[in-house]
Amino acid sequence: MENRITIRKWFWVWSFEKEEDWLNEMAMNGWVLDGVGYCTYHFVRCEPGEYSVRLEMHPYDEAYLSFMRETGAEFVGQMMMWIYFRKKTADGPFDLFSDIDSRIRHLNTIGRFLAAIGGANLALGIVNSLSPSRLGWVNLLAATLLMYALGRIHGKKEALEKDRLLHE
Amino acid sequence: MAESFALTEATYYILLSLVRPRHGYGIMQLTEELSGGRVHLAAGTLYGALNALSTKGWIIQLPAEDESRRKEYSLTEKGFQVLVNEVARLRELADNGERILREG
Repeated sequence: MENRITIRKWFWVWSFEKEEDWLNEMAMNGWVLDGVGYCTYHFVRCEPGEYSVRLEMHPYDEAYLSFMRETGAEFVGQMMMWIYFRKKTADGPFDLFSDIDSRIRHLNTIGRFLAAIGGANLALGIVNSLSPSRLGWVNLLAATLLMYALGRIHGKKEALEKDRLLHE
Repeated sequence: MAESFALTEATYYILLSLVRPRHGYGIMQLTEELSGGRVHLAAGTLYGALNALSTKGWIIQLPAEDESRRKEYSLTEKGFQVLVNEVARLRELADNGERILREG
């Protein structure tokens, strides 16, 4: 029986919760995430439901990873700014965020990242449109998509902020 | 009056856990135990809160004996005072609630 599989799959940045749900479904079906690449997920066999998987956008930070290890989580890998963790379900519940404030902070991190690369693409798009290469439209298209993503993330953030008016 | 805001539940339980030095996982466990399992501190939330509290000077990270040891945190004098004030504020809230509900 095959013990490793690789699946290529695409998720939009605003669908990171769907991505996490899918990874946990895979774990429920006996395949736990073991490595990540560009739109690529590597899985190994596990007992169904043996692991919980979580992901978050976080700059690479050795202090954070060792803190996570201390709490029983295992660092699986990093792709772009996304880091992936897994933890055995027998070692207790596994969540990265337990209050509204930290969920908002996480969305802010994603928002800043999108704004930075969106802004860079916009600038490049303008410069390239004026140059003889005529490839500026590629950057402008990327900038438009990134700004749309930023809007989606901002919408999620606003919903949480409304929530926070009444409780933590 | 900058420090007179209500603490979040997470902040409150973190400060309470650090009256004695504890590492991150110890804070998570004690919080669950004290709240009878009601308050669960997720690791990412806790890490962010510990950094924010260190920046405010309410807690400090104790120097580790060696690199492989879990890092421990402890309340500072300022953090202790914040906690004492918060307990007084919570008592006022609870006392008022009980009194008014009793009077009907």
